Amino acid sequence: MNLKLRIWRQKNADTPGHFVEHDAPNVTPDMSFLELLDTVNEELTLQGKEPIAFDSDCREGICGMCSLVINGIPHGHIKGTTVCQLHLRHFQDGQTITVEPWRARPFPVIKDLIVDRGAFDRIIQAGGYISVSTGQAIEGNALPIPKDTAELAMDAAACIGCGACVAVCKNASAALFVAAKVSHLALLPQGQRERERRVWHMVKAMDAAGFGSCSNTSACEAVCPKSISVEFIGRMNREYMKSLIKAQFKNT
Amino acid sequence: MKLEAKIPSGPLEKKWDRYRLEMKLVSPANKRKFEVIVVGTGLAGASAAASLAELGYRVRCFCFQDSPRRAHSIAAQGGINAAKNYQNDGDSVYRLFYDTIKGGDFRSREANVYRLAQVSSNIIDQCVAQGVPFAREYGGLLANRSFGGAQVSRTFYARGQTGQQLLLGAYQALCRQIALGQIEMHPRTEMLELVVVGGHAKGIVVRDLVSGQVTSHAGDAVVLATGGYSNVFFLSTNAKGCNVSANYRAYKKGAAFANPCYTQIHPTCIPVSGEHQSKLTLMSESLRNDGRVWVPKRPGDNRPVGQIPEDERDYYLERKYPSYGNLAPRDISSRAAKEVCDQGRGVGPGGRGVYLDFADAIRRSGENTIRERYGNLFEMYERITGENAYATPMRIYPAVHYAMGGLWVDYELMSSLPGLFVIGEANFSDHGANRLGASALMQGLGDGYFILPYTIGNYFAHCSQPRPAASHPEFRLAEAAVKERTHKFLSIRGRRTVSSIHRDLGHLLWEKCGMARNEASLKEALEKIPAIRQEFWENIIVPGESTEINQALEYAGRVADFLEFAELLCTDALMRRESCGGHFRTEFQTPDGEALRNDAEFAYVAAWEHQGEGRPPLLHKEPLVYEELKMMQRSYK
Repeated sequence: MNLKLRIWRQKNADTPGHFVEHDAPNVTPDMSFLELLDTVNEELTLQGKEPIAFDSDCREGICGMCSLVINGIPHGHIKGTTVCQLHLRHFQDGQTITVEPWRARPFPVIKDLIVDRGAFDRIIQAGGYISVSTGQAIEGNALPIPKDTAELAMDAAACIGCGACVAVCKNASAALFVAAKVSHLALLPQGQRERERRVWHMVKAMDAAGFGSCSNTSACEAVCPKSISVEFIGRMNREYMKSLIKAQFKNT
Repeated sequence: MKLEAKIPSGPLEKKWDRYRLEMKLVSPANKRKFEVIVVGTGLAGASAAASLAELGYRVRCFCFQDSPRRAHSIAAQGGINAAKNYQNDGDSVYRLFYDTIKGGDFRSREANVYRLAQVSSNIIDQCVAQGVPFAREYGGLLANRSFGGAQVSRTFYARGQTGQQLLLGAYQALCRQIALGQIEMHPRTEMLELVVVGGHAKGIVVRDLVSGQVTSHAGDAVVLATGGYSNVFFLSTNAKGCNVSANYRAYKKGAAFANPCYTQIHPTCIPVSGEHQSKLTLMSESLRNDGRVWVPKRPGDNRPVGQIPEDERDYYLERKYPSYGNLAPRDISSRAAKEVCDQGRGVGPGGRGVYLDFADAIRRSGENTIRERYGNLFEMYERITGENAYATPMRIYPAVHYAMGGLWVDYELMSSLPGLFVIGEANFSDHGANRLGASALMQGLGDGYFILPYTIGNYFAHCSQPRPAASHPEFRLAEAAVKERTHKFLSIRGRRTVSSIHRDLGHLLWEKCGMARNEASLKEALEKIPAIRQEFWENIIVPGESTEINQALEYAGRVADFLEFAELLCTDALMRRESCGGHFRTEFQTPDGEALRNDAEFAYVAAWEHQGEGRPPLLHKEPLVYEELKMMQRSYK
């Protein structure tokens, strides 16, 4: 099949970017989208031109590194998939495909299709953990956890931190990302001791990084490659309210 | 170079206790005076960095990804082994030790493996405490499943994303220490040179992958947790960024490289679909718990699955290995798949594939149960191949997956270069010639949480070589070397892309030094590698500049090292005139086609020392002394 690509090219964070058209002739339906870009890059390189910079690593949908907006949808139009596992069989011969980076103020573009997602790391650093140093753990089975609870925590913990939720949100809200971690740890008995301070600090870090507010459009769940439910955002909000109320009582 | 494994004397089960009693300690007040450089943030690196920081050491941590959460440990699917014996099925520390030694085909060190089995339980406790959502029984207790090479169920798992969950646990511990100011984290930064001062590893030179700036970092010790080298084969299940460069740079600075020929070919991967393919995707070995592997009995039988009657199918693993069946170890299963495909009985396009069939399991337990166990794997399979594996069997074929070889380390996980510690897949220590499933996660976290944090203190307590300033002349020299190499890559301006040359190298290695090797094929590879390398240095094209993000430049550096390392790998494979584990020399096999070891001549670790450019590496042998177990022919029949 033959495809036409409109790809965002941008030299660095300080230079304005623009779309450049590239032809991708003779590609096959079994290729992944990133292999398509590899092919285009081989051609560009042979012409002595700079290849398109884009992030990818594991190429099996779990590391969360790849981050492309395909025809306006983060990770493309197939549900529950990262762009590294989006195959060309889902496109039509002759189609023109627009490829852009994540667009959100807290994720500045640093070259072509690569953005800086350091804000996500800073949110986890603010409290997205259980404080247990190596060696302090009790016996694993000393703390039984109901199967349903563990499964629900796992649903939240499945987040790969790619940032598609932010990229699709009209407010560039990181609510789904933060809610996933808050919920994962708040659901488990191990996470109880730091429950209030965790959510409080993480939400504060989220706001400080410049992410917008959640206005409940659920677009994040629709594009999430792990289909993480927006119900966790409700859970985060409850956790956050509780932490505020408790803090009130502590201060009086 | 003298290789001293420093294994404590005394009975096997007392060695680690004894070591911990006899090692020297660093007092809490003194710990903060030591600075440790950790390269890599996978399970080993992240767990080590976090644990060292918790102890009070100052840590500087580096990774080439945009976040420490993305290292390739994250892709491990199936699980992590531990000798908890929660299933009451006869497991014990000793059995885990025994299975691991046997699985490794008697080419690993008894003392290291025993210690790993001992700490395995602590790893599970630690991960549970961090909030890793392991699978549970209805009573709320931890669930287990079985894995290849074992007859007990000792594998802990979190759906098909165990590696992800364990890594996020370690990453979160790392984040906590970053927030506390104990760890200085450098993402998107690649180590390009190791710096040795006064015979000790005392720092690294790195390139900031965003600004292109080359800088020096001095430390009291350097820890490499930089993973395996499977990408030397171009196609592997590793992430695109995985590379041998940090390890190879260390090798060139004097650290011995051990057993590079021990590479693991994983039996259950999705077959190659075309020339464009950039990597291979693994389907967890746990699938073999319920899937039955088969091919048609008759060569060239290309009828659709449904039209091949039961008695015309060859469930070859069950036939050849009745007691382990579809759970035979990885090396054995992979070779068996190659064998049936070589006989023309392979399935799918190109005939390089075998069926992994769930029809019986679905009949027995229902589709829902299978979906619950492997749902995400079936989805992944469908995404990649467009086929529904609930209705039609999966097609699988072996692919390069893991490197048992790595930098040589002693019992303290220190390389032959004092001050340089190597942990996780990057070292050679625990898996011998073949790694069992669900043991990589165990080793990475064992090294990082429970072994290195002890042994590194012993080095500091004895070390008389102070931390140099990052302005020391050795750093200047290393920086200059890095810049010169970078300049060279950019100035060749030839006609071949780096990737096309990497593909050539990978193809050569897969054909000549892959699942089966022999003297002729290895000699051919050794003859052809220098020509590919010459083509690289004369004819590559790397566009762009060094002062900005330049992925082609990063890639060129990694492939340049693969091109040299490939020769070391083949040299080792040629030297080892026996078959063991993942190293199968066709000249050395039993009448029924199993690996034939030669314990009289090759019961040693082959540690190679770099002798300088253009000179062959020097072989050092560390004899493998078995005090506890008797070396014997592996049997899974």
